[in-house]
Amino acid sequence: MDFHTPSSFEDASKLAAEATGLTRFLAGGTDVLVQMRSGTVLPDTLIDLKLIPGTQGITRTPDGGWRIGIAVSGARLGDHAELIADWPGVVEGMELVGSTQVQGRATLVGNLCNGSPAADSVPGLVAAQASVEITGLTGVRTVPVEDIPAGPGKTTLQPGDVISGILIPPRGEHAGDAYQRFTPRTEMDIAVAGCAISLRVDGDTISEARVAVGAVAPTVRLVPDAAAALIGSTLDDAAIDALVAAVRAACNPIDDKRGTAEFRTEVAGVLAKRVAKIAYGRAKGEAQ
Amino acid sequence: MPKDDIKEFRLVGTRPNRPDGLDKVTGRARYGADITAPGMLWGAVLRSPHAHAKILKIDTSKAEALSGVKAVVTRADFPTGLTGEEWNLQENTMAGEKALYDGHAIAAVAATSSLIAQEAVRLIKVDYEVLPHVTDVDDAIKPDAPVIREGAADASVPEGMPPNVVKYFEFGRGDMEAGFKDADLVMERSFKTEATHQGYIEPHACLGQLGADGKGEMWVCTQGQWFIRQMCSAVLGLNAAQLRVTPSEIGGGFGGKTTIFMEPLSLALSQKAGGRPVKIVMSRSEVLRATGPTASASMDVKIGMTKDGKLTAARAEFRMQGGAFPGAPVDMALYCSLAPYKIENVEHIGYDVLANRPKCAAYRAPGSPMGAFAVESLIDEMCRKLDLDPMEVRLKNAVREGDQASYGPTFGSIGLVEVLEATAKHPNLAVPLGPNQGRGVASGYWFNHNGETSVSMAISEDGTAQVSVGTPDIGGSRASIALMVAETLGIAYEDVRVNVVETGALGVNEPTHGSRATFATGKAATIAARAAIKEMCRRAANEWGIDEDAVEWVEGAAQPAGPNAGNYPPMSIKDIAKNMGATGGPISGHHESVPDGVGASFGCHVVDVEVDPETGLTKILRYLVVQDAGRAIHPSYVEGQYQGGAVQGIGWALNEEYVYGKDGRLQNPIFLDYRMPVASDLPMIDTMIVEVPNPGHPFGVRGVGETGITPPLPAIANAIQGATGLRMSHLPMTPTKVLAALKASQE
Ligand SMILES: Cc1cc2nc3c(=O)[nH]c(=O)nc-3n(C[C@H](O)[C@H](O)[C@H](O)COP(=O)(O)OP(=O)(O)OC[C@H]3O[C@@H](n4cnc5c(N)ncnc54)[C@H](O)[C@@H]3O)c2cc1C
Repeated sequence: MDFHTPSSFEDASKLAAEATGLTRFLAGGTDVLVQMRSGTVLPDTLIDLKLIPGTQGITRTPDGGWRIGIAVSGARLGDHAELIADWPGVVEGMELVGSTQVQGRATLVGNLCNGSPAADSVPGLVAAQASVEITGLTGVRTVPVEDIPAGPGKTTLQPGDVISGILIPPRGEHAGDAYQRFTPRTEMDIAVAGCAISLRVDGDTISEARVAVGAVAPTVRLVPDAAAALIGSTLDDAAIDALVAAVRAACNPIDDKRGTAEFRTEVAGVLAKRVAKIAYGRAKGEAQ
Repeated sequence: MPKDDIKEFRLVGTRPNRPDGLDKVTGRARYGADITAPGMLWGAVLRSPHAHAKILKIDTSKAEALSGVKAVVTRADFPTGLTGEEWNLQENTMAGEKALYDGHAIAAVAATSSLIAQEAVRLIKVDYEVLPHVTDVDDAIKPDAPVIREGAADASVPEGMPPNVVKYFEFGRGDMEAGFKDADLVMERSFKTEATHQGYIEPHACLGQLGADGKGEMWVCTQGQWFIRQMCSAVLGLNAAQLRVTPSEIGGGFGGKTTIFMEPLSLALSQKAGGRPVKIVMSRSEVLRATGPTASASMDVKIGMTKDGKLTAARAEFRMQGGAFPGAPVDMALYCSLAPYKIENVEHIGYDVLANRPKCAAYRAPGSPMGAFAVESLIDEMCRKLDLDPMEVRLKNAVREGDQASYGPTFGSIGLVEVLEATAKHPNLAVPLGPNQGRGVASGYWFNHNGETSVSMAISEDGTAQVSVGTPDIGGSRASIALMVAETLGIAYEDVRVNVVETGALGVNEPTHGSRATFATGKAATIAARAAIKEMCRRAANEWGIDEDAVEWVEGAAQPAGPNAGNYPPMSIKDIAKNMGATGGPISGHHESVPDGVGASFGCHVVDVEVDPETGLTKILRYLVVQDAGRAIHPSYVEGQYQGGAVQGIGWALNEEYVYGKDGRLQNPIFLDYRMPVASDLPMIDTMIVEVPNPGHPFGVRGVGETGITPPLPAIANAIQGATGLRMSHLPMTPTKVLAALKASQE
């Protein structure tokens, strides 16, 4: 196995493009190293990105949004008061990943690129309308987060593509987001269903909304019908019923040892209802 | 010792630091995988991906040709002609004609590194003829089920039973028909529990060395070094005395480390590799796929009760699969299931059934939790139907000293009534419940065990004492034994060191199982200490020139027994030890026996749960364990056992299970999907130690390790009925199952 520690994303991209066999980038390694240990993924080339300058930073962008370095751990996100004030839902998704030990290493980018339909931080990023900056052989481009996952363990990234940053838009006024997942245990478990909602209110009325679900389809899904059910409402019972129905309609889960398809679909609706209430409360400035 | 004689002790009942504590918190303690030796090789095992398959051909040539590979073994390298349980052990160690379950060992490799060994395993080519398989107990007992092994049934199985039934049990007493007639309510229900794993945090690990001369050494993580010696010797055709087995520290066992898995493979590989030591460390997936989980059970129970809660008759029919070999603990399940109750008319029927799963091993009170789940669930449901207090019904029917147990013998001193009375008074029972909350109670029972025990202790030159025991310390037994020996000798706890020793140092000891170490080893150590005291008294008597019987031992010193014996100042253990060379040589004490006087232990648990009606998730709000310890030598470790048992039971009740796919493969051989409870799932487990001393032990010990896993399964099911009105009869009670049941009940 070849192990590289490039000092720029361009070099990382080139190394990845030129490598033969199986290649993996190393961010926190909490997926990659575990897969190597269990023998399920034995890469021929491992490219550690953590030595590239700037990968540990959380910075405010000129437009008031955020740029998050690809090596920022869950623990660092969870320590960032300003980011949490803006995007509590994004941060709480990442903070659910693993345990204290795993939090010290695990990253948003790794969570996204590992391609698990159950990745806990991805619905929050999708609901937040976050995007990723990709450094590839043809230069740098920006792609919405929801366009990265392609199926379990698969992404739309091409050979030579490396994510060089995560971009979260400015939060703006009267807005809130939230994420919840369902697991049979309180931690160290994998989501059986997850839901993130980001919304904005005008007075009591929801003026913008994005709803994303996890673990109920081959990829994390944005559910426009669910957002439509919320927009224009005051989160009254009818809106909640419509939200729940739209979320359940968007579910296309598998039946497995972690939960039946019926259960996942049912619970995704329950989570949507609960998460909408939290996001709505946050948007209205009620302490949650 | 009479029940009411609660003696004051100097040390017994206190809570000093455990002697192994510092090593464990600093990482110095040496567990199985920490042992290395010069010239060591690494072993790896090829395992069957099929649940049931004929092995047509094993081609090891490519593996053997790989640089760094020093030995490859298959079943062809093992002696033939074994029978009975020895054959079972050998067959489970390495498959012969057939692979019998997903994970069954097919071949093993020793190489100069772990990576090379794993690579070599991938190079072994096996031709299989896949056979139809069966993993569920109710399917396996069908007359037309795939046959796991012809001729495996023993003499207990009547003519005409389905082919996978290998043992049959039937016993009882009284008049069942009359008993049910006397009842005002007769109910019958079927229950199922799934297989669970002990989940010890330390995977199996060993280092084995065996020369061409048949002399061998083994360092291993085990609950019983003599069992390892005897079983390895049998499987490999060795002379037992030539194999020396040293146990490591042990990171949990719960019964699962009382047998062999890959240990003989390391010895066979070592011998083939010219005697170089071979280390094998299992991965977690290997542990889950190929060690010894407990059985899964399918059970029918029928009970009769009068309006005022008197039990009139009970019938239990249990079917259990314990993998592809005989040995599911269906007998134990039957013995324990009705043990807390005085019932005139009882009938027990049991079937031990083969299935394509790993060979079950002991798991904490083997069988008892399943039986309790069935019986205690049904009794609870009947109490609810008749509007009776479940605690009062349990008390009304409780067995007492002198009663004949449901399974035959007459109970000696037992503490069930004391446990139930203490439970009923506990403040947890007075906490008001909110919406979607429920409270469940259940009792549980374990016999406890004695077993072959050999202990030596010796006085050091400075008057401190060392104790050599043969039972590995899994629950704090070194601390408890040190307390008992120090108490007996009249010296400080810190002046006693208890060593768990290798097979060459003592006579045969059974493993630490059956909750026996503090009872049996503790009793033997106390008797050994008394023997040393007798010798020290003799030395003093000689010194003083008085009769040996005229010397008594008081507070760590010999002294004349009264003024008539003579007027000499006490001779302390230090003085006697200092002069031992001049007064007759080393001073030691020894005891070996199968200690009699085992005291059974009853417990009662009370749990409060809240069920989320929208997701089916059960949250444990409060949990109380009350159990008779006889005497708590070191109360912290007794509480630890109570809490540990409860937590393992909570896992079994709510989420843990072996999930097999249609292909017969284990679907969840990792801790991510084999869902044991994590710390944040649990409240602090409340405990209350009841002490009804066991007259058969010098300090009253009963053994406390196992009873605690027995009540949680039904207690939680009972609490869920309280919270939801649902009677969940199939474990685990996952959110998926509870939500489906809630939906079905609303339709
Ligand atoms: C004990 C434990 C518990 C866990 N619990 C959870 C949980 O609750 N929820 C959850 O969602 N996950 C969980 N995980 C999975 C894992 O921790 C997360 O997916 C984590 O976010 C991965 O981040 P990482 O930085 O460690 O990724 P890595 O392992 O470093 O990489 C993961 C993948 O991302 C790719 N990659 C990394 N960086 C880049 C980049 N810049 N550009 C392109 N591709 C890249 C790698 O090639 C690899 O395929 C758990 C893992 C463990 C070990």
